[in-house]
Amino acid sequence: MSDRRTAGFYWLAALFALFVLFLYGPMITIFVLSFQGPQGGLTFPMNGVSLHWFSHLWEGLGVVDIWAAFRRSLKLGSIVMVLTVVLSLLAGLAYRKRFPGSNLLFYVVVASLIVPSIVVSLGIGLEFRLVDDAIKSLSDTFGWSFLDGYTTAMGLYTSGLGAQLTWTLPFGLLICFAIFNRFDRRYEEAARDLGATPWQSFAHVVLPIIAPSVVGIGLFGFTLSWDEVARSSQAIGDVNTLPLELTGLTTTVTNPEIYALGTLTTGVSFIVIFTALGLMQMLRRRTARALRAAA
Amino acid sequence: MSGSSLELAALTKAYGSTVAVDAIDLKVPANTYCCLLGPSGCGKTSTLRLVAGHETATAGDIIIGPTNVTELPPAQRGTAMMFQSYALFPHLTSADNVAFSLKVRGVPKAERRASAMDMLGLVHMEPYAERLPAQLSGGQQQRVALARALITRPQILLLDEPLSALDPFLRIKVRAELKRLQKELGISFLHVTHSQDEAMALADLVVLMNGGRIEQAGTPREVFNAPRTAFVAQFMGGHNVIATGSGPIAVRADRVKLRRAGEPGRLSGTVRGIEYQGTHLQVTLASPDQSDLTALMNEAEFDAVPLKPGETLAVDWSEQDIHRLNA
Repeated sequence: MSDRRTAGFYWLAALFALFVLFLYGPMITIFVLSFQGPQGGLTFPMNGVSLHWFSHLWEGLGVVDIWAAFRRSLKLGSIVMVLTVVLSLLAGLAYRKRFPGSNLLFYVVVASLIVPSIVVSLGIGLEFRLVDDAIKSLSDTFGWSFLDGYTTAMGLYTSGLGAQLTWTLPFGLLICFAIFNRFDRRYEEAARDLGATPWQSFAHVVLPIIAPSVVGIGLFGFTLSWDEVARSSQAIGDVNTLPLELTGLTTTVTNPEIYALGTLTTGVSFIVIFTALGLMQMLRRRTARALRAAA
Repeated sequence: MSGSSLELAALTKAYGSTVAVDAIDLKVPANTYCCLLGPSGCGKTSTLRLVAGHETATAGDIIIGPTNVTELPPAQRGTAMMFQSYALFPHLTSADNVAFSLKVRGVPKAERRASAMDMLGLVHMEPYAERLPAQLSGGQQQRVALARALITRPQILLLDEPLSALDPFLRIKVRAELKRLQKELGISFLHVTHSQDEAMALADLVVLMNGGRIEQAGTPREVFNAPRTAFVAQFMGGHNVIATGSGPIAVRADRVKLRRAGEPGRLSGTVRGIEYQGTHLQVTLASPDQSDLTALMNEAEFDAVPLKPGETLAVDWSEQDIHRLNA
């Protein structure tokens, strides 16, 4: 046996390089083009390098209030994140015991991943319109004056939030399955043996041990919401999230401003991820300091 | 700490149609080192978990001291359990692990810390109080786990294969410490193991289990010298189980005599293997209509009559070395 690499190695290495290029190429292209000079266009070559399009973006995109959309997405993403963490963690805990209908519930949840997003979105939109019609006809029939101004129950934090949760919760639940599959039950037995109540055992033993994975669920929830388009598209109501605005802009904006926006939103995703990683690093360092102090 | 006796009465645990523990009766006096011994799947760990309260009994009773604890939660039984591979909380330091039971009872921080340090002192682990479990060796983890269990002032300490995670050298050292600690504390230890060496070295009371039942219980000497059944004789080792016209008998391997073919003997056997084991030699023989026989000879005996594999010999033992077994 020799250590020389075979031709297969080089073929596979080339294939992998192509894969990486395909994965990151678009992002890098957008990133570079967002620094296009003031006279530059939507494609290469670069016509100088500047922050021109970022400053344009800062002043707003004409009719579209991009910063309002930015704030909306940030807020919605945070709510989705918290709900995804809490609900999937609770569901994950429930699935550690057998309960009647657990299989059926699992299939229902996972079906939400399999049904095409646009269909889910259309369905939610339709459902809300039915509710709206029902409320309107009720108010007409009974002459409820307090419902006079009522238009729709659809909105960012009703149908929009629900639509995004149909996407993030199944992922959250699947991650929880993985977490609890690996979790050693003896930790809980030990806690119980030492007199902990079920709540104390969860708060002082289970949660701290799975904390890094829980941060992972949160990250997942936020980033899935942050760039979600298909499910939100028909269910968001009268205001748009950032990715929906972006989708609209691709047809109307004809300058590199849109790339600057792309760079910015990607940047936010990275900030969220690195903040989370930094948080874990900090926790680890604090432990290490305690250890040094003890040594 | 004060010790309590333990009594199991017709204790049964069934999982569906599988019976893990089959109506066992057992009395363990206070201040006893008791080993539950047996092959895997014999019900010894289930029994321990039943006593601890981590499994619910299907039938029967568990009585500790004057109290029937069968329905009580683990922390109210006066037991503490040391888990196999210890189950130390990975995110807590040694001191916090040991102080955990005080923390959940609402003992103030300074007070529980002081108690934890005392308890770590008992197992010589104070210098490692601020280490996380991952930064401790197996032996050190075992001591922290011991301190964590003992801080609850148990009347009975339950140990689930406490030595199996240690290397063989450490195992012998730690088992001596366990024995010393049990005598110092004056409480009963209930120790699950599959190693008969461990049980014989440690136990005041050996409880040998098989198929969910107690095969034999007694002092190590009783169990080794007077095995009740062929299973006990074989599991404890050092015995030959021989089928005779009047039922099975056990003959200790060091009492078997080997002679040249033609000389008087009760059986004939062909030498299959000879192993040098330092203090003695172990000769394995195949005998018609019997399972393999083992004879232990000291070096001088062996050198006087050297044996070769393939040689056929007369196998003999004296009348007083015969121990009758229950069929």
